[in-house]
Amino acid sequence: MKTDYDVVVVGAGPAGSMTAKHAAKKGARVLMIEKRQEIGAPLRCAEGVNKKGLEKAGVPVDRRWVSTDVSGAKLVSPGGHVFRIDEKQAGNEVGMVLERHLFDKAMAADAARAGAEIWLKTSAVDVIKDGDKVVGVKAMREGEPLKLTAGCVVAADGFESQVARWAGIDTSLKAADITTCYQYRMANLKTEPDYCEFVIGSVAPGGYVWVFPKGDDTANVGIGVLASNLKKPGEVKAYLDAWIKKDPRLSCGQPLEAIAGGVSVSPPVERSVMNGLILVGDSARIIDPITGGGIANGLLAGMHAGNVLGECVEAEDFSEKALMPYDVLWRNDLEDRLWRNWMAKEKFLTLSDKTLDEVIETLATVNVDKMSVHNILIAIKERHPELVKEFEELI
Amino acid sequence: METDQRNGAHVEVLIMIASTEKCMHCGACVGSCPKNAIFLNEIVLEFNENCNKCGRCVRICPAGALKMEAKK
Ligand SMILES: Cc1cc2nc3c(=O)[nH]c(=O)nc-3n(C[C@H](O)[C@H](O)[C@H](O)COP(=O)(O)OP(=O)(O)OC[C@H]3O[C@@H](n4cnc5c(N)ncnc54)[C@H](O)[C@@H]3O)c2cc1C
Ligand code: SF4
Ligand code: SF4
Repeated sequence: MKTDYDVVVVGAGPAGSMTAKHAAKKGARVLMIEKRQEIGAPLRCAEGVNKKGLEKAGVPVDRRWVSTDVSGAKLVSPGGHVFRIDEKQAGNEVGMVLERHLFDKAMAADAARAGAEIWLKTSAVDVIKDGDKVVGVKAMREGEPLKLTAGCVVAADGFESQVARWAGIDTSLKAADITTCYQYRMANLKTEPDYCEFVIGSVAPGGYVWVFPKGDDTANVGIGVLASNLKKPGEVKAYLDAWIKKDPRLSCGQPLEAIAGGVSVSPPVERSVMNGLILVGDSARIIDPITGGGIANGLLAGMHAGNVLGECVEAEDFSEKALMPYDVLWRNDLEDRLWRNWMAKEKFLTLSDKTLDEVIETLATVNVDKMSVHNILIAIKERHPELVKEFEELI
Repeated sequence: METDQRNGAHVEVLIMIASTEKCMHCGACVGSCPKNAIFLNEIVLEFNENCNKCGRCVRICPAGALKMEAKK
């Protein structure tokens, strides 16, 4: 029986668009459905990424979606010690802050150019299964129910991760593996216009406050707090408001946009493929558990998924076995790092403000010239080996 | 309060309420719900019968838009 499409991608974020693009490029008949009326909005991101991450996923930098190039990062301890990392070496490793409203649209536009069809205001509401095989999705398009059959469904529905769960892959998270976030884009700030700032400790229990520059005196000022540390509804916003009030460089600012969101800080899913289904991006829980960054990982996973789906279309085989190369590819690239950073997160959660102060203070004496979790962990290993001994072999 | 069909006793029934004024459509509650019992189309948030009133989404919601209340 001929299906409506070879591939139906649910969700037009970076991971979905990359999957759609690469699958369509290889000749697959692709439909990407997005529940919202606009791709990339409302935002749910602090928009920080590094060039290397984009490069690995084969996405050339287009200045139209870059907001700001970053010259370094500041890690600030509860007591105000600052660990500064200056990006001495230009080139690949350099960080930048995106305009995701534009970036997500650019990724989707590339999918369209490769031949993918895109429907907006179309929500997947369930999957259609035949025995143990996913054979399509049930959707609502502008209020009209419809059924779409597909050789393979792509769960690219982001943090919600409902498609996978409807199909029977359990992607639910424990509270200690969820970070709840709130962010303002603010203007009239007095922070450094080219530094990303991270404040750790009890100002943001189990997470951090961030300031990511967005040009001139504007920045994304946000917070993530571990869900297991929250007691009252709406508390995360209260933490952020309190911090902004306390920091005179921020309290002079005014908000232009407020956004919220959830981030998984868990190990990745155990299963990313089943018969007729593939999980990409946040839905597969492949966000970095330390930084909360998921853009680059999502793009990379999407690229692999699209390429493997292209092969599957040719072979007319969307079985778990045929999709498995995707699982292998993304794990080779990301899995060790995700586990290492999850273990590091678990360890850092146990540290008091006092210990964090000490760690940051001594780190300031180590020379780190590239901004990455790996480099920071190496520096910690040098000065505080006891903090990393449980996952030393992964550093 | 509602009347239990089996024994006629009064039991407290909990219901979930989402504030449309406060909700920011971020999906944090949806992805955190252990029962996959919440659905958010672009603007409308719905709870289905799988919800076991664990209260996690109420705690997670960054905007404080969710409440669990006794049904009157
Ligand atoms: C506050 C915050 C700050 C962050 N900061 C950073 C950062 O600085 N750097 C970084 O790298 N990452 C950051 N992240 C994470 C990053 O935003 C995600 O990892 C990234 O967007 C993942 O891409 P994705 O394509 O998997 O999912 P998404 O970008 O979330 O896209 C999923 C899409 O699916 C759609 N969808 C969901 N359900 C359905 C359905 N049933 N039917 C149809 N469509 C559906 C959604 O509307 C959405 O458009 C942050 C996240 C948050 C919440
Ligand atoms: S977590 Fe809160 S703000 Fe976000 S979608 Fe759910 S109810 Fe709305
Ligand atoms: S109360 Fe618990 S089960 Fe019910 S919707 Fe919220 S998180 Fe899900």
